[in-house]
Parts: sequence; structure tokens; C-alpha cells
Amino acid sequence: MFDIVIFLLLLSMLIILYRFLKGPTLSDRVVSFDVMSIMGVSLLVLLALYFQRSLYLDIALVFGLIGFLGATIFGRFIEKGL
Amino acid sequence: MAFLVSAIGLVRMPDVYTRIHVGTKTTTIGTILVIFGAICIEPSWALKLILLAIFILLTNPLSSSVIARASHKDGATLESDELKEIQK
Repeated sequence: MFDIVIFLLLLSMLIILYRFLKGPTLSDRVVSFDVMSIMGVSLLVLLALYFQRSLYLDIALVFGLIGFLGATIFGRFIEKGL
Repeated sequence: MAFLVSAIGLVRMPDVYTRIHVGTKTTTIGTILVIFGAICIEPSWALKLILLAIFILLTNPLSSSVIARASHKDGATLESDELKEIQK
């Protein structure tokens, strides 16, 4: 059952990767990076259920923190420059 | 399914603001639904999962707001701006 959900999640990550590679402006790429990082959190929760290991939830928490910080720092970079 | 709708919308939508709109809302509802299902399957992990859900609910609108403000100051334009067409 988890196989189907993980397959759908990876399919949508591939479609978003197309937008990440093609995106006309920098903002499009930052938006698709943000969406992909949140999908990565959800994928880690699904993998923790699939392998029955609660260690992956800690990794999901830290990955969510890092992804949020990355999106915010890229936003400040677009706004003000380095 | 919400994630698939998010991906299709992110490819189909014409400009930056609609992409932000599609991206952030559908990923929030999709992650909350996945975490709720995980709580129903494994009730002993509920504390970490609820912490993760609260964290996603707090940070996801914030990051999308930061990106939207930055792209507005960067000078991104709407695909069909009806206000400018009225003002002409």
C-alpha cells in the first residue's frame, strides 16, 4: 500500500524537477525548491512507516528546518542581494 | 493526490504568484494528511508527528510569504493584469 503512495510522491517530485530545471526566473526555482523540500519531509514520514523505524522522523524534523531556512535565505537574497 | 495536483499546477500555471499559490497550499494539506494517516497507523509515534505537523503549519506560510514579497520587489509581473487594462 505504501508503494503506491511513494510512487505518486516520486512522480510529482519528478514533475516539479522539470519546473525547477526549466523555470524562467529565479523565483520559480526557489518556489519549486521549497515545494520539493516539503515533499521530502512527507517522503521521510512515509519511509519511516515503510521500514518501521522511528529514527527517520527526527531526520524529517531537521530536514524541514533546513528547507525552511533555505527558502527564507533565498528570499532575502532575491530581495536585497548578497 | 494533493501532491500530484500540486505538481501539475506548478507546471501549468503561467506566472510566479499563481505558482506560489498552488505550491504552498497543496503541500500544506498533503503533508498534514500524510502525518494524520501515520498517526492512525502508528499511535506510539504521535508526539514527534504532531510536533512535525505544528512545525509545518507554522513555517510553510511564512516561507511562501517571504518568497512572494521578494519576487514582488524583484519586479515580477502578472500574466494577465486586469487592473492595468482598466486603467488604460
